[in-house]
Amino acid sequence: MAIELTVNGKSRTVDVPADMPLLWVLRDVLDLKGAKFGCGIGQCGACTVHLGGQPVRSCQIPVSAATSPITTLEGLSPDGTHPLQIAWEELDVPQCGYCQAGQIMSAAALLVKHPKPTDSEIDAAMNGNLCRCGTYLRIRQAIHKAATLAAGGHAHRQPHGQTARGAKEAS
Amino acid sequence: MNAAAASNTSGMDRRFFLRAASIAGGGMLLGVFWRNDSQAQTAAAEPKPSTFIRISADGVTTIVAKDPELGQGVKTMLPMLIAEELDADWKSVRIEQADFDDKKYAGQFAGGSMATPTNWEPMRRVGAAARQMLIAAAAQNWKVSEAELSTASGRVIHRETKRSLSYGELAARAAELTPPDLKTVRLKDPKDYRIIGVTHRGCDVRDIVTAKPIFCIDFTTPGMLHAVFEKCPVFNGKVKSANLDEIRKMPGVRHAFVVEGKVNVGPVVEGEAGLEPGVAIVADNWWLAQSARRKLQVTWDEGQGASQSSEGFAKRAEELSKQKPERTLRQDGDPDKALQDSAKVVEAAYTYPFISHAQLEPENCNAHYQDGRIEIWTNSQVPARGRGVVSKTLDIPESSITIHMLRGGGGFGRRLTNDYMVEAAWISKVTGAPIKLLWTREDDMHHDYYRPGGFQFLKGAVDSSGKLVAWRNHLVSYGSGDKFASAAGMRPNEFPAQFVPNFALHASVMPLWLKTGALRAPGSNAYAWVIQSFLDELAHAAGKDPLEFRLALLNGGPPPAGLKTPPSEFNAERMRGVLELVAEKSNWGKTTLPKGSALGLGFHFSHMGYFAEVAQVSVDAANKVKVHKVWLAGDIGSQIINPGAAENLAQGGVIDGLSELMGQEITLERGRVVQNNYPQHPMVRLTQAPPVIEVHWKKTMYSPTGLGEPALPPILPAVCNAIFSATGKRVRTLPLSKSGFSWA
Repeated sequence: MAIELTVNGKSRTVDVPADMPLLWVLRDVLDLKGAKFGCGIGQCGACTVHLGGQPVRSCQIPVSAATSPITTLEGLSPDGTHPLQIAWEELDVPQCGYCQAGQIMSAAALLVKHPKPTDSEIDAAMNGNLCRCGTYLRIRQAIHKAATLAAGGHAHRQPHGQTARGAKEAS
Repeated sequence: MNAAAASNTSGMDRRFFLRAASIAGGGMLLGVFWRNDSQAQTAAAEPKPSTFIRISADGVTTIVAKDPELGQGVKTMLPMLIAEELDADWKSVRIEQADFDDKKYAGQFAGGSMATPTNWEPMRRVGAAARQMLIAAAAQNWKVSEAELSTASGRVIHRETKRSLSYGELAARAAELTPPDLKTVRLKDPKDYRIIGVTHRGCDVRDIVTAKPIFCIDFTTPGMLHAVFEKCPVFNGKVKSANLDEIRKMPGVRHAFVVEGKVNVGPVVEGEAGLEPGVAIVADNWWLAQSARRKLQVTWDEGQGASQSSEGFAKRAEELSKQKPERTLRQDGDPDKALQDSAKVVEAAYTYPFISHAQLEPENCNAHYQDGRIEIWTNSQVPARGRGVVSKTLDIPESSITIHMLRGGGGFGRRLTNDYMVEAAWISKVTGAPIKLLWTREDDMHHDYYRPGGFQFLKGAVDSSGKLVAWRNHLVSYGSGDKFASAAGMRPNEFPAQFVPNFALHASVMPLWLKTGALRAPGSNAYAWVIQSFLDELAHAAGKDPLEFRLALLNGGPPPAGLKTPPSEFNAERMRGVLELVAEKSNWGKTTLPKGSALGLGFHFSHMGYFAEVAQVSVDAANKVKVHKVWLAGDIGSQIINPGAAENLAQGGVIDGLSELMGQEITLERGRVVQNNYPQHPMVRLTQAPPVIEVHWKKTMYSPTGLGEPALPPILPAVCNAIFSATGKRVRTLPLSKSGFSWA
């Protein structure tokens, strides 16, 4: 059946079964590969997108129920400069990177609600997003950093892909 | 493109040789070939320049990353090695993922934490050779001697006159020169490093945060169809019948057919199992294929595996533990007599389960078979092995198989086997269509090459002075005769071998009809827990501090051999170094913690790396466990190549170990895996991760080694030893959830 969607600010019409999960419509019909398939049962958060501004697991939403505007990581910012994208890059958060689209979308919804989130607000918002590589410490740091950036702090983007991070050394 | 110079074979192990060529627009391409003896003739006769380094006239330096990238950071790290010795300007460096081509590149695999030790020297030599050619080109240009020239950030400089030329300006001339012998090129003094040892962001991070379709699962080809593949819940069960006519009528379904399978295993499942039987459904999109699959009804001939159960294995292991072990893998001194004669004897049985890799990107692969040739797009960790199994199963020569390597959403050893690749290849051959095969999470959990479970029955003894004098371990594992199932064996020289005068490692095996394989730090991810937990039991029996007991043990082994110790062998001096460092950083023995809290310690040597970890843990009355802080000390040699990424990887290893510790377990009933998805095989979530994981490096004189694996194993015993100190409860069964523990 023909279904009208608003995705990243654009109207799209798709001809798919009504019960097809939004995730597969985004990935295989609209060719938006940001949202990822991880578990298929709403438990890993890799498929997180915004529906009417709320973070949802797109693998659990039948496309016919996606009546509010949808935002995916592709549409989070016009040029990849959302504070979270800058902070994620600055802190070099990803290892494999597969979960990070979902992490960033959960974090983006959090920052709308709590522009300066506490650690417990981060806990509540981010606990549904698994990271198999275990980048949680940096995810938390990056959310705090993005909050600072959004509040007018400077990114201090260092050139050449270098960052100031690094573990301590003893010799 | 003209090969401008003759090849020049070096005497390095893998017989690398260089070839330079000019490229259109006035640039330079430096190819490095390697060959083994059987390839030597062909490679020399048919020069196909590879592109490790390509310098274009505008100065853009493209460095090819040759290994599979699955999150271990190698796509950034290997080019850093080349760029350092090339003295490139990192701003001008572009990194390009290589296709799989073992005529051009050596060792294109991701496994065993081997990328650093195997590439550390060869990659730097490639960069140094290119730099030397650029210097020679500048010397010719200015008619000065090479000794008067130096390089910095992508330029050759004539020191006296302060003239300089960019690498881009010199590339065309350099391409005409004969490359130097890789063996003799001069490498930098590490004190002059500007790229190595400085944190560089992952080269794909921008693409990741902006949702670029860079993962294997994102890859599409025109006209591609989507495939799912239903296999028997019991390994290698065959299809007796299936309602294919009904399935073929489902919306969007183009093909539905039975795959007979070509599984190639003996009494023990070792390495690649091959193509398992099943039913393939191919449809216009994945959701339609999967929807049709839900209506699929298959009658299986389950075969020999259907009688297996975890309960049965535990019972059999208990029986075997009471019998004479089938084999002795190592014996020193007389452990039985020492156990009889000693003041204090401790006996314990440790059990750990099968676990699944649970990498977040489910298995998937693109394949396109046409006219006897096949093209494959994969995130395999060992594409060479995939090619082998595809060649054998489809009966086509390896030369007819092209493999492209795409970023993987985690590997952890799962993609060391290529079952999903051969399935995709087979389905494309049958349908004649370009296809993408994608497994569900349930497929992944039901058809993994699991970390093998096992049972270890230990006896140890300390003498009246508290010295460890006897250690006897009976490993009950899986296999047949003298063969272990994949990753189910134990090295005879696994610590504390050589450090206890009376030592025995015995083994007995049970038949297993299940695929097993390497999971991050294979073997070590279980053995460190057993060995370091049991050492703690012995320390407490001896009335010694766990740190002092371990240091005394390390001091009582073979004399330190320094650089003479082969990197694959345990070097007590290095372990002592990280143990002392972690003790210092964690204030071991000097802090007072509230009741119910304690520190625990563990160390382990694997993959040439030395790691000691301390965990600060609290346990409440309801057995809720919180890991408040972890201190990690690691020795992986003289250089941490990319420090920020190294810290991330080490912290991830700790968190991965905590997932295995608390909740992960694969059990079998009637030959079937019981667990379906993440809720039954949980991984640590953000709130459960330790808020602080301090990473400290002990730099030593040894050549750098890998980090993908060795940071993981010590965290499991460190936490269990802390739980014992906090509560008096000794955990001898994993996961912890089986003993009533859960995360706070």
